[in-house]
Amino acid sequence: MTPDVSPQTLTPRTLPTETPREDVAARQRWMRTLATASTAVLDATWRGWAPKPAVQAVRGPEAGLVMVRARIDGGGARFNLGEATVTRAAVRLHGEPLAADAVGTSYVLGTDLEHARLAAIFDGLLADPGQRERVLAEVIAPLEQAHAERDGIRDAEARSTLVDFFSVAREHE
Amino acid sequence: MYVAVKGGERAIANAHALLAKQGRGDVGLARIERAAVAGQLGVLVSRVMTEGSLYDPELAARAILQAQGDVLEAVTLVRSYRTTLPRFGYTLPVNTAGLPPQRRVSAAFKDLPGGQQLGATFDYTHRLFTDRDTGGPRIDPGAGPGAGPAASPGLETPRVADLLGAGALIEPDHVPGADDSEPADLTREPPVFPMSRAGRLQALARADEGFLLALGYSTQRGFGSTHPFAGEIRVGEVEVEFEAPELGFAVPLGRVEVTECQMINQFQGDTDTPARFTRGYGLAFGRGERKAMSMSLVDRSLRAGEFGERVVAPAQDEEFVISHSDNVQATGFVEHLKLPHYVDFQAELGLVRRLQAEFRERTLTEASA
Repeated sequence: MTPDVSPQTLTPRTLPTETPREDVAARQRWMRTLATASTAVLDATWRGWAPKPAVQAVRGPEAGLVMVRARIDGGGARFNLGEATVTRAAVRLHGEPLAADAVGTSYVLGTDLEHARLAAIFDGLLADPGQRERVLAEVIAPLEQAHAERDGIRDAEARSTLVDFFSVAREHE
Repeated sequence: MYVAVKGGERAIANAHALLAKQGRGDVGLARIERAAVAGQLGVLVSRVMTEGSLYDPELAARAILQAQGDVLEAVTLVRSYRTTLPRFGYTLPVNTAGLPPQRRVSAAFKDLPGGQQLGATFDYTHRLFTDRDTGGPRIDPGAGPGAGPAASPGLETPRVADLLGAGALIEPDHVPGADDSEPADLTREPPVFPMSRAGRLQALARADEGFLLALGYSTQRGFGSTHPFAGEIRVGEVEVEFEAPELGFAVPLGRVEVTECQMINQFQGDTDTPARFTRGYGLAFGRGERKAMSMSLVDRSLRAGEFGERVVAPAQDEEFVISHSDNVQATGFVEHLKLPHYVDFQAELGLVRRLQAEFRERTLTEASA
């Protein structure tokens, strides 16, 4: 990791808060993919990434909690089910090959600090219009495909337990 | 009341060293890896997460190992750990209807849309010792629709309760325009009786499985009868989304596995509303079917007041159930009895000696009179 080149720091307050609405869905998609990816895969991808912008930690990575909510009877009023560990990070990327400084943010379940840091780095790369297509093609799409394959296998195994019960009616009634 | 004691540092350090040695077992055998616990003792991990009220399979596995398999000790470790972490906020409510079920069964309808899917279950096993082939299910690629991976995205698995709800045969799960204010949070405010159903469900979700099982069982045996049918039980992964304040949109954090039970119970009706089924709800982290079922029975029995039912059984008594359901509190109070109570006991010892002396004196005087 490149050490800080500028003393400038970003606080959570100075992070960009406005994401254009049409971009939200796209960003949610890659944030979902990065959150469910394995740290080892992200690490290997980032190690092999070239050219690399400089990375400056803005916040974290830090572990914390979110209270997971559900709905009474599945669809009713909200209630608090229990907490889950979450790790978040924010990084600032600057220098080549980025057109401008970019800020990446991540929130991932669990307490793996490295996972959150790497997810934030890729989120930052994806914020750069010049890098986005490459990251989507080389990182996000393969991860999504691997995920879909794993889900497919899980679903197929679950569907193999589909059962057809016969009610045995009493005779002579 | 117990009293503070001093000293004993060497003995305590040695006791802990001995505990660690005993927990290690035979040093000729490999240590159990954390990942092995998470992978091979998944049901235990689920229980520790649910009662520890913290979803993190890795932490739960670590707690189980450190606690040498003592579930309540592991739950306590998890609960202590969570107090060291900052709370980022509340997630959006998880959508359990949208989860692609690994398991989904109904005891009420045989032919429900989407089908009954057994998933990974101990049901229908013979409960005999066996060496299972762990290669997984045999999947016939030509087994028709639903067998292949491609079939699942479009697969609809509507809730059984919604099928009944469409015909108004069961109370609705929500009333349009109903109050959806911030639910009570036991981790922030201690419970005040009577509680909201939301507050109760949070308490029941972290409640001891054995306690809820016994209470649920008692309702079936007539102590506050609920006449239940397992309308639907689902196990699967749901996505958790968090509205990050600095981003301004819902961030997908990943998935958590949950078990949900929708219990359908006997009718309620009055002069204004026709008779219809009532609901009990259970939700637990991971694979916790017994917990979710017990929780849904107790949730329904605790709604006695809401339906104007007479409160005659322990399982209907909110204060009794909620105050005694948390196993960290329960074990703390029960187990504190082993801590030094020397002063209290000396006082009682003195009292009982005096009472006996007075008794002897009185009987002597009466005999001589």
